[in-house]
Amino acid sequence: MAEPPHDHRRTTRRLWPALALPGTIWLVALFLVPVYAVMAVAFSGDINLFGEPIPAWSPWDWQFATFGQVLSDSISGPYQAVWLRTASYTGIALLICVVVGYPVAYYTARLAGKRRGLVLALILAPWWINYITRMLAWVNLLQDDGYVNKALGIFSIEPVSWLGGNPLTVVIALAYGYLPFFILPLFASLDRIDQRLLEASRDLGVGTVRTFLHVTLPLSKLGLITALVITALPMAGDYYTNTIVSSSPRTTMIGNQIELFLLQGPSKNFGAALVLLLSLVLLFFMTYYLILTQRASRNAR
Amino acid sequence: MTPPWRNPWRKPYLLATFTWLYILWSLVPVLIAVQFSFNDGRSRSTWQGFSTQWYCCAEGSVGEDPSLLLALQNSLVLGGATVLVATPLGVMLALGLTRWRSRTSKVANGIALVPLVTPELVVGSALYLVMVNLYQFVPLGLPAMLLGHVTFSVSYVLVVVRARLLAIGGDYEAAAQDLGASPLQAIRTILVPLLMPSIFASAMLVFATSLDDFVVSQFLFGDAANVTVPIKLYNAVRSAPTPALNALATLLLVASFLALLLAYVGLRARRRGERSALEDLADYG
Repeated sequence: MAEPPHDHRRTTRRLWPALALPGTIWLVALFLVPVYAVMAVAFSGDINLFGEPIPAWSPWDWQFATFGQVLSDSISGPYQAVWLRTASYTGIALLICVVVGYPVAYYTARLAGKRRGLVLALILAPWWINYITRMLAWVNLLQDDGYVNKALGIFSIEPVSWLGGNPLTVVIALAYGYLPFFILPLFASLDRIDQRLLEASRDLGVGTVRTFLHVTLPLSKLGLITALVITALPMAGDYYTNTIVSSSPRTTMIGNQIELFLLQGPSKNFGAALVLLLSLVLLFFMTYYLILTQRASRNAR
Repeated sequence: MTPPWRNPWRKPYLLATFTWLYILWSLVPVLIAVQFSFNDGRSRSTWQGFSTQWYCCAEGSVGEDPSLLLALQNSLVLGGATVLVATPLGVMLALGLTRWRSRTSKVANGIALVPLVTPELVVGSALYLVMVNLYQFVPLGLPAMLLGHVTFSVSYVLVVVRARLLAIGGDYEAAAQDLGASPLQAIRTILVPLLMPSIFASAMLVFATSLDDFVVSQFLFGDAANVTVPIKLYNAVRSAPTPALNALATLLLVASFLALLLAYVGLRARRRGERSALEDLADYG
């Protein structure tokens, strides 16, 4: 005889938390604890025999001398130029992303049929090509005797030294590297715009430019901001792009400074303090973004 | 038939040209880099004819340079191990967090999504500092890299599988349990088969993401014996560049595209005409 279909709700109540437990423990041990470790090192007051900071695991032992020094050096000191450079490179690269990425995302979103799949696949392709490989490709092209200088030679322009600490190369490389990540969220938001709204606009006799300004742009505003935030966060912490296409102290960004402190020197507490400072700056933008999205979803209701 | 253009105005030739120019700009450099992996000479800026010598068997080619082979092997081993650990962990987390409704599960869900928006530099340096200062029993190298890669991969699996789980709803499990299956049986015989395409796709995405990772690996690799392909490319690009480097990059490219192709096929298997699998991948990216 089959058992009567009895209530499994009791076992279920324990089953779901049990399933979630290993993953949750993993993320606590290998995400939250590491983030705490950054604070413990940044606020460390002691050094060991090798001159390396001894982490202050208890908040009662936290010393803020290092962090304070990093903060004042950032506001008016040796790091000031590095922060300003990081902000301006990221800002200009983001501007390029908007100017190049918006039209591309818009065109792809308004496409339909077979062509759409092809264009989308081609736009997504760089997403899955290794980032370092994409930079390596440019290093090939930007050699002194590379294709870019050869192409310039056709117009009898003098060869440019692209890879010797040229800020222009760094900014363009950043834009090139992050454009796929920028286009995708923007595409998703433009894709959701109802076709009929554009038709209504046209039927009311509004031209393309005004439709863009009064219909498309406001409707994609949130997507645009999402794309900017998603791109700005990793770009502000990028150090490898800079190293690959420049590796000159003239173009050092904050990521390079952090990598230098953490991986190549004993001043890990300075590195950790800079990581913390960068995280705080990015958290500020992230919070602003979250407030914006919440307000937008409230307005939508 | 759908019209090829969903905009009520005339066909925008300017936009189309611009988009195609962008696509050329974004892909042609990589294609040229692949082309130079077949160069019949040492130059990476002048084409000297076709040859496969940089794959095998010229001096310093991928087949002959132990350090290049080692990097390739490390990348593949690390990617495979990450898939084996991160996929079950992420699937269990997705099941648990989606079906278990409580305040704790909301908090856990929040924690699980934060790694997706945290800059890699922060993740990498945090993992490095914790390994050096607290988890000293985990040696830098493949073990530490595995822990790091699993950490950022779990969130990917969670997002992909949970999307499917929400789409399936709870009715099938309820039906199975009404017919006498225990909750575990319902998961094993009903949910897991239904989730299989997305589990497979997320495993492939994890593999591709792990192959692609540079920052976390660079903070955790320790010494030359544990270098992965991206680290090798990064270290060699300005010091000793030969077309063998391009060949190595090309092999990495092939590996991640194979993984992606499989993910695409996996996702496509379950859809038929709903939404294109490509757009799904776009959502996960």
